[in-house]
Amino acid sequence: MSITTPLFQHHKHCDEVFARAEDACANADWVEGEQAFALLCDQLETHFSSEEELLFPAFETATGMTSGPTEVMRGEHRQMRDLLAQMRGALAARDSDAFGGAAETLLILMQQHNMKEENILYPMCDNALGASDVGASLAARLKAS
Amino acid sequence: MHASLSFDQAPPISVPYRFFLVAPWFGATAGILLVWAGADALGSRWTPEALALTHLIALGFMLQAMCGALFQFIPVAVGGNVWRPRLVANTVQPLLLLATLLLVAGLLFGRPVLLSAAVPLFLLAIGGFVTVVALALWQTPATGMTLWAMRMAIAGLAITVLLGSLLAEALAHGFAVPIVDLTNVHLGWGLGGWALMLLAGVSYHVVPMFQLTRPYPSWFTRSFGLLLLGFLLAWSSRLLLDDALWSPLIAYPLLLILSAYAGTTLWLQYTRRRKIHDATSLYFRVAMLSMLAFAVSGTVYFLRPELGADPRFVVWLGVLALVGVFVSAITGMMYKIVPFLNWLHLQRLGAPISAVPNMKKMIPADAMTGQLRLHVLAVLMLLTAVWQPGLIRPAGLALAASFVWLGCNLAGAVRRYQGFRDQIRAAA
Ligand code: HEM
Ligand SMILES: [Fe+2]
Ligand SMILES: [Fe+2]
Repeated sequence: MSITTPLFQHHKHCDEVFARAEDACANADWVEGEQAFALLCDQLETHFSSEEELLFPAFETATGMTSGPTEVMRGEHRQMRDLLAQMRGALAARDSDAFGGAAETLLILMQQHNMKEENILYPMCDNALGASDVGASLAARLKAS
Repeated sequence: MHASLSFDQAPPISVPYRFFLVAPWFGATAGILLVWAGADALGSRWTPEALALTHLIALGFMLQAMCGALFQFIPVAVGGNVWRPRLVANTVQPLLLLATLLLVAGLLFGRPVLLSAAVPLFLLAIGGFVTVVALALWQTPATGMTLWAMRMAIAGLAITVLLGSLLAEALAHGFAVPIVDLTNVHLGWGLGGWALMLLAGVSYHVVPMFQLTRPYPSWFTRSFGLLLLGFLLAWSSRLLLDDALWSPLIAYPLLLILSAYAGTTLWLQYTRRRKIHDATSLYFRVAMLSMLAFAVSGTVYFLRPELGADPRFVVWLGVLALVGVFVSAITGMMYKIVPFLNWLHLQRLGAPISAVPNMKKMIPADAMTGQLRLHVLAVLMLLTAVWQPGLIRPAGLALAASFVWLGCNLAGAVRRYQGFRDQIRAAA
């Protein structure tokens, strides 16, 4: 298992939760929608902060690349947090269309982001951080959520 | 090495859009050509109309759209740096457009001058495009089967264009080359080595992404591209080997891997996590069902030579492949890419995300599903018209109408982009 395997698996878990929230809100099942959406926000926040506070700093220290890929990833996390806020507003207003539109946008952004991490950034991290204990901290943090 | 990693999200929005905005109108022209030509147009694959129609779709619609999409896809999906995308697109796109019109006119009216004029333009346009894309694809540090499929596809495009150029010159000057075999090899590389290879590579990436399906099994992605490449090389050997047994021996396994790709994709979609359906997922389904129909028909063609002897049979295969598979898959992709690019570029203007309209505000969902229905109707009518020539004019009309609708949907998305952009700028 590589350092980033837990993050990789956590992407799939977040997808699962996303699909539940999207489906419920599209069908105006607001009780299930609220629940799934709260879980989604929680899981994504844990994921983003694990990367921003553990993985990225370790990578930046190891490689000296502070303004490269990690910077772009942080920017995309910010965009995704903003979209989650839009979805929260739509959910509070019980507006299926607005929720669906923001969810669709979040989905594509999130998938693109994940692919870039999985195909490019995570392998770079595994190379740079092979012998460190970042992996254990990441696994512990994601498990705790 | 890392310096060449393009993590930034790709070129100016005008780069893909200048290709996307033009593509549907070539399709509309194909429909109008059918209306104009009437009953004889699809009698065999060798009518001037059939050859012209093939390239209106293959070069005018498919290649335009796929070039535009590649400019976008390469940096985002495989981290490749395309050299000066705006300059390359601004040069390649008009050249390609002009070359396509010349080739189509040359084929339709049997004018050697036009054919000869088209060739250098294609070599320049596609040669430049292939060079720039190949550099990006071979320099990226990324890995994975999407990347390999794209590398093979771009090589397939180069081979297709070289063979096409040879064919065009041969027709223009009456060179003594085996035209039929050469055409079959050319179309194998064009439809299989370029278009299908690219579609497969892109599917590995976007099918899981848009529908939250499981990934394609790795045994599949690792073998599909190589098998396809191998069969195409064997298929090309028909230029040297002239054995009646040889063609079916290559064709059956080839049709089998097509079915495997289509079947796998349908199965992934069927077992997907995301429940929502949209025009993109439906379009992909239409494309994959058409591919299965193509594989079944192809098998019949070889199993029952007496049916295959009817010259209309190959036309049926052509309609399934070009309009059923590729037009459907590409349109579905554009319906996802364009709204997302609108959103992406709008939010880059610096407004708070809450001020940026979401993806669903870019093309009305009803307009996309309506256009999809008309497209499916057009495919069914065209397939019927192959056997019932009286239906060719209405089928052409339906085809033209569905492409016009697509063109309007895309143009509408661009207008909305401009409107939202002006609003955001005014508010800032
Ligand atoms: C890149 C995508 C291309 C695809 C998918 C493609 C596909 C095809 C197909 C399917 C045919 C067979 C048509 C039929 O049997 O009715 C064909 C024939 C032909 N193609 Fe292309 N083509 C492509 C590019 C080109 C280019 C760039 C040229 C010219 C420079 C070209 C020149 C020709 C010629 C001259 C023929 C037919 C010759 C004859 O009458 O035997 N093609 N192509
Ligand atoms: Fe991330
Ligand atoms: Fe991540």
